[in-house]
Amino acid sequence: MAKTHVSTTINNEPVEFLCEPNQTLLDCLRNELQMTGTKEGCSTGDCGACSVTVNGRLVCSCLVFGVEAEGQNIGTIEGIGKAENLHVIQQKFLEHAALQCGICTPGLIVATEALLAENPDPTEAEARYYLAGNLCRCTGYDKIIRAVMDSAAEMRGTA
Amino acid sequence: MVVIEYEAPQSLGEAVKLLSDCTDKPARVLAGGTDLIVQLRSQVGGPQLIVDLKKIPEMMDAVLDENGLSLGPSMCCAELTARQDIKTVYPGLVEAAYLIGSTQIQGRASVGGNLCNSSPAADTIPALIAIAAECLIIGPDGERQVPVEDFVTGVGENCMASDEILKRIIVPLPAAGTADAYLRFIPRTEMDIAVAGAGVSVTLDNNGICTAARIVIGAVAPTALLVPAAAEALVGSDMNDTALQNAAAAASAASSPIDDLRGTIEYRQHVVGVLTRRAAVIAADRVKEK
Amino acid sequence: MSEVKDYKYIGQRTIRPDGFDKVTGRANFGADLTLPGMLWARVKRSPYAHARIIDIDTSKAEALAGVMAVATAADFPAIASETLQMGETSADIRDLARNNLALEKVLYHGHAVAAVAAVSQTIADQAVELIEVEYAELTPVMDVLEAIKDDAPILHDDLFTAGLAETPETPSNIAMRMELKKGDIDAGFAEADVIVEREYQTPTVHQGYIEPHACTVRYDEDGQSMIWCCTQGHFDVRASTAKILNMELSKIKVIASEIGGGFGGKTTIYLEPVALVLSKKSGRPVKLVMNREEVFRASGPGSATRSWIKVGARKDGTITAMQGILHYEAGAFKGSPMAPGVMCVFTPYDVANVHIEGFDVVVNKPKVAAYRAPGAPQAEFAAESAINELADKLDMDPIELRLKNAAKEGTQAIYGPKFKAIGLVECLEAAKNSAHYKSPLGKNQGRSIAAGFWFNAGMSSSVVINMNPDGTVVVVEGSPDIGGSRASMAMMAAEELGIAVEKIKPIIADTDGVGLNSTTGGSRTTFATGMAIIEAAQDVVKQMKERAAAVWNVTLDQVDWVDGVAVNTADEARLSAAEICAAAGSTGGPISARASLTARGAGPSFAVHVADVEVDPDTGKVDVIRYTAIQDAGKAIHPGYVEGQYQGGAAQGIGWALNEEYIYDENGVLENAGYLDYRIPLASDLPMIETVIVEVPNPFHPYGVRGVGESSIIPPLAAVSSAVSNAIGVRMSELPCSPPRVLKAIQSRDN
Repeated sequence: MAKTHVSTTINNEPVEFLCEPNQTLLDCLRNELQMTGTKEGCSTGDCGACSVTVNGRLVCSCLVFGVEAEGQNIGTIEGIGKAENLHVIQQKFLEHAALQCGICTPGLIVATEALLAENPDPTEAEARYYLAGNLCRCTGYDKIIRAVMDSAAEMRGTA
Repeated sequence: MVVIEYEAPQSLGEAVKLLSDCTDKPARVLAGGTDLIVQLRSQVGGPQLIVDLKKIPEMMDAVLDENGLSLGPSMCCAELTARQDIKTVYPGLVEAAYLIGSTQIQGRASVGGNLCNSSPAADTIPALIAIAAECLIIGPDGERQVPVEDFVTGVGENCMASDEILKRIIVPLPAAGTADAYLRFIPRTEMDIAVAGAGVSVTLDNNGICTAARIVIGAVAPTALLVPAAAEALVGSDMNDTALQNAAAAASAASSPIDDLRGTIEYRQHVVGVLTRRAAVIAADRVKEK
Repeated sequence: MSEVKDYKYIGQRTIRPDGFDKVTGRANFGADLTLPGMLWARVKRSPYAHARIIDIDTSKAEALAGVMAVATAADFPAIASETLQMGETSADIRDLARNNLALEKVLYHGHAVAAVAAVSQTIADQAVELIEVEYAELTPVMDVLEAIKDDAPILHDDLFTAGLAETPETPSNIAMRMELKKGDIDAGFAEADVIVEREYQTPTVHQGYIEPHACTVRYDEDGQSMIWCCTQGHFDVRASTAKILNMELSKIKVIASEIGGGFGGKTTIYLEPVALVLSKKSGRPVKLVMNREEVFRASGPGSATRSWIKVGARKDGTITAMQGILHYEAGAFKGSPMAPGVMCVFTPYDVANVHIEGFDVVVNKPKVAAYRAPGAPQAEFAAESAINELADKLDMDPIELRLKNAAKEGTQAIYGPKFKAIGLVECLEAAKNSAHYKSPLGKNQGRSIAAGFWFNAGMSSSVVINMNPDGTVVVVEGSPDIGGSRASMAMMAAEELGIAVEKIKPIIADTDGVGLNSTTGGSRTTFATGMAIIEAAQDVVKQMKERAAAVWNVTLDQVDWVDGVAVNTADEARLSAAEICAAAGSTGGPISARASLTARGAGPSFAVHVADVEVDPDTGKVDVIRYTAIQDAGKAIHPGYVEGQYQGGAAQGIGWALNEEYIYDENGVLENAGYLDYRIPLASDLPMIETVIVEVPNPFHPYGVRGVGESSIIPPLAAVSSAVSNAIGVRMSELPCSPPRVLKAIQSRDN
């Protein structure tokens, strides 16, 4: 199958890759670019493990074709924080024990960053509804929501 | 996953030409892809031509003016629901768009895609019919305009030919004293497909008497259904319990649901009445708040 | 033995050692490994729930350009029936092979019949379509009560009911009957003033781990092979793969990737032998990953059950008799968790007369796998619902009724042991005294409670502790970390060594890198692997003291070990762990210690949950509005992750109670094989889940640890459904309490 050349921006770095047109952005990130921080849980848009941003908007990368990334600005978990200097959200997830197995964590952190960019002061209900598309089977969400609310408070305080 | 050829035309003219020239294989248009990509993934074979409409500016904007709303069909729901001006005039439409899937899905899914996918359970279709929306369709032979209730013709079927594209969704400005609402029932709080839905638009005079109504039920028949009998139950009333109960009963009676994994016939018939009553109350309250 | 101690690290909320990798996306899960030259594999699956395989023609698939290998059951060696322990449950290895690739018959829709490896995913997809399988359709049996009828279609001609007085001569879908009894059940009911009796039903449910099963494997020319996969137990992956492919254990190295949830579902195998065959045939590395639909259709769910429960009590609340008949669906092959269900069902109560019968029954659904306290939630749902109904009839508070009959130290459990210290009474008291239980309820709201019991397990663990020359520590363990166990391992090592937890690096070694470890399951890891770490750490401390004594030329009893420093009690001279380790090369060689053990004395675990619900009387929809999970941890090593286990189990149980169920059509095809319609709880569905950690130390563990992973999923089923019952005034005895079912109950009440 002929491959298509895609020029895009990922985490503010110019990136080029080749893909088959039927490969999703998720496939391209994971299998063509070896960016495996974005996870695949369902490939039907029902679990949120593959959450990324496209031009700042939160989407499931399993429901975007890789070729659609042409000329767009993609944001993934690999662009959030660094090991030496974690993002507040990442730090709060660790402090609150807001992850158990960790497979949903990258998607949740990407989604939480999008939430707090849109709404720096969410209510608990707003946070729960915004993140309803990010399934977690381990935690019962309690500690995740606490980490999100604590992140929001800290980010407002330090803004 | 089906093998595809991908095109992203810059204009509607180009898009229509791509579709009408494509005679050797199936061609599909891509808006948000939240239904299409799932469908393509569940099959093998191909190739199919996929025509992405999101590079066409007039598919992606929304204009609200004295004529009403002209909505680019491929604008994503997240962008639509963020538009306070549209939400103020058509709260029911915006809440229907908000109910589609997760935040992530709303970042891609569009009202036009929801319409063209033509699922019986589509949330925006009852909401659009309630506010008398119409579809402006473009094809090789020009443009035509069709009311939304005539656009969807069956389960997953609509009136468009394979080389036609939904160009705009046109909604008239609501009359004075009019407001809309949309409710659906799902087992969870989010993420599910509607078990039943109800879109309601009511017009009240200064005395709170209902002078006009449109009541539409979803997920309880092959297509969303406009239920005049339910509207008639409200017209002339002050939206009292009896009128609301009659409207609910009319909605239940008009429904012809199926038994499936999401609900039984009896359950859907009952719940669509409950939703009709509740949505009518919300719409009336919205008129009073104006 | 377990007096209150002043711990430095135990009980703290430390940052987990693998945390940075998990919040940055660096952690590598099952599907994250790509090898040079790797092929993509796909599995061909049965379109029928029950059929005989007449012929499999793979020639067209093999002819497709880019296809490098095709596998069927003919590529597996013939093996005999043999039972293999896998985690908390066991499996017949011949059945396991046939579950991985069907031989002669397909037994459920989605049963694997063949597999391909190709140079791209698209080609692999196409090749699967080109495999032609000829079937002779048979009638499927989809329900446990249908399957036990005399004229039911038989799944296995060679399956004869075990556990009967006489060996049967005709095959049956009942794989096993089991019975436990004590006292005189008829006399017990004769003593009773009040008797409740009811049938209960629970659906097939799935563990719902977010990460699908996945592996990448390589079979080398010299017969050595490597398996990278997400599993709760890589040693059991090695053992079962070796048995199925008739290989020596030393030829297979299994590397446990990070694991994206398991809950028991990743204690068995589906893909690894298939991928290894494809790799051997193609000479290339192979990646095989299930998609979500395959996970639902073809990985092991939790058993559906039909139960009958009868409980009698005197007017004062003394329970005089408890009787139960429990039917468990095993799926396509024998081996449901019926036995633990029978052993758990009435164990929270000290009752003189008890009789329980259990049946393990095969049906045309995927073979069940362990699911968090396997077998217990279904059985205890029925029993706890009956206790709640009994409390109603006696006009007694359900906590008081339970307190009156609660098992405690000295109670003879029907499954064997006489209990040492256990925490059920303490959990019930905590529930009774909680602000939650005393709070008022509003309109359309209901509240209830339930208890839960799970044995907890010990099993085998092996660890090595290596001291680095700078005094930092590597803890080499072999228990896959499914919920943050590395944190508790590091903390226990820190506590014993007196070395800061940040200086301790726990790693999960592959099967070649550490001694044998049983699968992570049965809430065993913090208990048993922790015990091994404590033992090895104590050995390390002893060695370091010996080295210091040698340097100072004093006897060992003159050396104290204080906060990671050797202290000469004679002259207060000090040598830190770093100093001792730096000099180790000249004082006797590098310092390390190992411990291998089979842990005895796992502490029985009890939980009590309080649930408040609100029911929409017009739609039957149930919202959980307040929830409290109380459980005896023995000793909480990391309270944050202990609470997380309570909350996670509660959420899974709430899903089981309200919405989760497998829905099959008349042909035995699963209709809701995705997260869209298999409805697990969302963030917006749940309230905060309050927790109370009760600590009644396990006398068999140095810190009193019991294990906390499983009991929390047991109480929600009855607590939530009984709360619904209380809100609407109708007993809910079938799960899930989905809106149509609840509305029907409301309507039946009103009519």
